[in-house]
Amino acid sequence: MEGSNMAENITLTVSRYRPEEESEPTFQSYDVPYNKDWVILDALNYIKDRLDGSLTFRWSCRMGVCGSCGMMVNGTPKLTCAVPLSDYVSSGQIRIEPLQFFPVVRDLVIDLSSFLEKLSSVKPWIIRDDEKPSSEGEYLQTPAELDAYKQFSMCINCMLCYSACPVVGLEPEFTGPAVIALAQRYNLDSRDQGAAERMAVLNEHEGMWGCTFVGECTKVCPKNVDPAGAIQLYKMASATDWFKSMLLPWGSK
Amino acid sequence: MPFWWWLQNRAYFNFIVRELTCVFVGVFAVLTLFQIRALADGPAAYAEFVSRLKTPGFILFNTVGLAALLFHGVTWFKAVPTTMIIRFGETRVPDQVIAGLHYVGWMAVSAVIAWILLLR
Amino acid sequence: MTRGLTPFLWFLFGAGGMVSALLFPVHIFLIGLAFPLGWFDAPDYESLRSLVIHPITRLYLFVFIFFPLFHWAHRFRYTIYDLLQVKHGAQQPIALLCYGTALLGSVLAAYTLLTIA
Repeated sequence: MEGSNMAENITLTVSRYRPEEESEPTFQSYDVPYNKDWVILDALNYIKDRLDGSLTFRWSCRMGVCGSCGMMVNGTPKLTCAVPLSDYVSSGQIRIEPLQFFPVVRDLVIDLSSFLEKLSSVKPWIIRDDEKPSSEGEYLQTPAELDAYKQFSMCINCMLCYSACPVVGLEPEFTGPAVIALAQRYNLDSRDQGAAERMAVLNEHEGMWGCTFVGECTKVCPKNVDPAGAIQLYKMASATDWFKSMLLPWGSK
Repeated sequence: MPFWWWLQNRAYFNFIVRELTCVFVGVFAVLTLFQIRALADGPAAYAEFVSRLKTPGFILFNTVGLAALLFHGVTWFKAVPTTMIIRFGETRVPDQVIAGLHYVGWMAVSAVIAWILLLR
Repeated sequence: MTRGLTPFLWFLFGAGGMVSALLFPVHIFLIGLAFPLGWFDAPDYESLRSLVIHPITRLYLFVFIFFPLFHWAHRFRYTIYDLLQVKHGAQQPIALLCYGTALLGSVLAAYTLLTIA
């Protein structure tokens, strides 16, 4: 086409892994028609619909709220429903791989059972010593009390932060950014009374102390949760607890 | 995880460089200790310490070290606001304001020290 | 042994990071570059000694050395874990070496600053 740098096709190089056939992942290239309104997920669905029905990947809402479609795009973890093809039209190269630091089940699908175990370990729900009966009405919360935890509640469990964090790669037992941020979401909720329980779980090397504030988790988070910030606040809270227990041993917890 | 994982992308490399500035922090703390000990040992010992600071090796080390400490300071002031959330009522003090106040404090403290060391 | 102390050691790391970020650049610039290169007149031995023996200066210099040493120890310890991929079992000796060195330097600094006259 004259007068425009509009490509007709764009090449996606996709990681394939079929455990029943091979022991290692391989790459397969597909030529996909370039459409300036498409995102990478559209291209993957084109491949599955028209070129190769065996390609396996997760997706759902296609609008950045379900957290299903996370993959490595040219080495960076991204939500494929949120990345336009036009970002790559000049280089013409798009490499798609499953989220790193997770075992691969098939093609672009990862095994996220470790994440789910870590998530339940921090009891991500309102913990109360005493439950109010519903006849007494709702738990009331001021806008300021909501602000205290709202940012950390935005997490969609997409696990991009796990693929960005080198500690997750170096130490697989590390609880990880999203789970610690979600623990904070409940710790900082005025209705919650479970901070001490969660502190006991996360005040460990595999908990918050595995974090060395690389900061990549916050950089890749598609919902601006700032998990790095959540973890540093948690370290500050732990240090404060330590001084309180040293200087005021008779104080109540 | 490959052994050279930190060379794999720019962000990981910058992270390791940032962390390794702590080596210069440790060395300068120790050098300061040696300088104080030289001071305590008398004028001859102190003069010897000072003359060693003038050697090209030390000048180079101090130049690289100053750059490392400045890099440490800039990354530190960028990171500190994430560890503190300060609210006035419902508004949260922006990160840039907190960082900015640290820079102001840094310049004020540096000015005081320079005044003490230069006007004696 | 360092496990229960981790929050405290992190606090020392934080304090040391702040002390070194705020104070080290001007000290390095003057004492490490400006004075040796003759850009400014260095203070002479007597005036420097009388400055250092002042109790406030002794305290300042202890803070100047103590917190940054523990900042180095804590940060260096974890960086070694990451760079050399040290597994859990081998981590304890590295931690003890780092904090031990910082403690040694701090004790020496305290002794020097208490006895200088």
